[in-house]
Amino acid sequence: MSAVLLIEQALNGLQFGVMLFLMAAGLTLIFGVMGLINLAHGSLYMIGAFAAAWVAGLTGSFLLALAASLAAAAVAGVLIELLVIRRLYDRDHLDQVLATFALILILSEGTRWAFGSFPLYLDTPDWLSGTLRLPFGIDYSRYRLAMIGAGLVIAAALFAMISKTRLGIRIRAGENDREMIAALGVNISALYTLVFALGAALAGLAGALIGAIQSVQVGMGEPVLILAFVVIVIGGIGSIKGAFVGALLVGLTDTLGRALLPTFFATFMEPAAANSVGASLASMAIYILMAGVLIFRPRGLFGATA
Amino acid sequence: MTRERLLNATLMAILLLFPLYAWATDEPFLITLTTRAVILAIAGVGLNIALGFGGLVSFGHALFFGLGGYAMGILAYHAQTYTTLTDWPLTLQGTKSMPVIWIIATLTSALAALAVGALSLRTTGVYFIMITLAFSQMFYYFAISWPTYGGEDGLSIYVRNGFPGLNTMDPIQFFALCYGLLALILLFTARLSRSNFGLMLGAARQNEARVAAIGQRPYRLYLIAFTLSGAITGLAGALFADLNRFVSPVMFSWQTSGEIMVFVILGGVGRVFGPVAGAALFILLEHSLGGLSEYWHIYLGAILLGTVLFARGGLFGLLAGRGQPHD
Repeated sequence: MSAVLLIEQALNGLQFGVMLFLMAAGLTLIFGVMGLINLAHGSLYMIGAFAAAWVAGLTGSFLLALAASLAAAAVAGVLIELLVIRRLYDRDHLDQVLATFALILILSEGTRWAFGSFPLYLDTPDWLSGTLRLPFGIDYSRYRLAMIGAGLVIAAALFAMISKTRLGIRIRAGENDREMIAALGVNISALYTLVFALGAALAGLAGALIGAIQSVQVGMGEPVLILAFVVIVIGGIGSIKGAFVGALLVGLTDTLGRALLPTFFATFMEPAAANSVGASLASMAIYILMAGVLIFRPRGLFGATA
Repeated sequence: MTRERLLNATLMAILLLFPLYAWATDEPFLITLTTRAVILAIAGVGLNIALGFGGLVSFGHALFFGLGGYAMGILAYHAQTYTTLTDWPLTLQGTKSMPVIWIIATLTSALAALAVGALSLRTTGVYFIMITLAFSQMFYYFAISWPTYGGEDGLSIYVRNGFPGLNTMDPIQFFALCYGLLALILLFTARLSRSNFGLMLGAARQNEARVAAIGQRPYRLYLIAFTLSGAITGLAGALFADLNRFVSPVMFSWQTSGEIMVFVILGGVGRVFGPVAGAALFILLEHSLGGLSEYWHIYLGAILLGTVLFARGGLFGLLAGRGQPHD
């Protein structure tokens, strides 16, 4: 495989990883602050994508579509938190898994009822279509580069928010000791709703950004949700830094595995066999990575040691 | 007779009488539907040993369900194509005999559960939920991308496997077989829950430190429970594949894990007969709501949400009151 192709694949992996980070950041914050496993996070991703496709269809503006995805997912997040999630904070993980599994069923079928089973399409805007010439003569999609850029900017903003602002201090305090910060006069239930809405908005934005290169359809959220869980488990649940490292690790492992493993096996196997062995190993690679990390570090790479 | 026992007996009687009635009125579809409920109940009873008795929230039991299914699929596929399973180091033939398939499916799933459990039980809480999910996803993607046994399309078996002395293609006879297995497994589970091991496992679920202090290793208890649990769910997978005469990677999918969990919760966690009630209720809902609306999953979701939020303890909790005193 040529170096150019390898760099392209690495960029694809980076783009995938950055998008996974947008999903994983919300999940890990929600778990870290509220101690909640939210399976319905994939549905918020789907809601963002549908809102974006719908608004883009009405107005033709990509930026308005992105704004719509943020707003729709955040509003849906607030509603879900107020109606359902709020009752689950004191429950055990089993109840949380089941209640949010039920939410997936309701939100997916609700979306299918509202928009139908056929996929919607969201087009990349003109000013981001085509390719850009990078050093070493690599032509790479402008839109994917923009995704990487946007993802990195959001990650930086999130880090700054967590480490520098008052809200960030409260979030970190909430992770450490819920009762104490409530006793210090912080409105803890408003903080929870806010964190949930923030996570939801990030998931919705990821849905809209990815929706433009894939189709927007019911059920698009669940594969991404599972990957995002893999990411936060590898990184250590509750850690934003862990989510970032985990997301890039998963994105690169998955993309490069799919590109490289078949070629690697072809060096000493028959082409057909090498293809099937390589493809099956590549699709399992991130789960093997996750199991490996957990076996050696049962609380993830950056998890708190208890 | 306590209310729970009365409920158990009523449940088993309904599950037996309904298909007999359907048989008498010549409604083979309803027999097959009940058979489905019975098989899914076996899968739920399996998961309940880990989830209910041991408190191990496994989100990966589809792994064992699928392994059982593929054990049946692969053996029957080789028997129907007259090919050998392996030629080296020893020649293995496929088979169409149910008892042999059941034993192989159960043993394969038990071995897989032993290995997955040994690794996963190093973690706890959310990490345990997620690592079991990861293992089942591994098998899901492996089954999709491995072309020998149909890959994503799955594997069809033309004729249902045979059981000595029975015509398994006759719905009522196949139902009787599955019902008999369910009854045996329930008997085993009921005895297990009252045995030394069962009580110790319950104690470990409630307080690991105290169990460790009296000289029992919680890890060992959990591992045995997880292995038994996987083995029973694997057997259910083999039966399920035989019912449909079809296996596909869907059996390994995380939605399958979720559904098996739903049976346990709808019925009542930690009750021996809970998953039976849950699976029956699930099939009933699927059938009645599915006829009502194309979007029946909305109602299923609402019922599940209501159960989790307001009716903890599921159907058994509602109808039979609180659990046994030792629970």
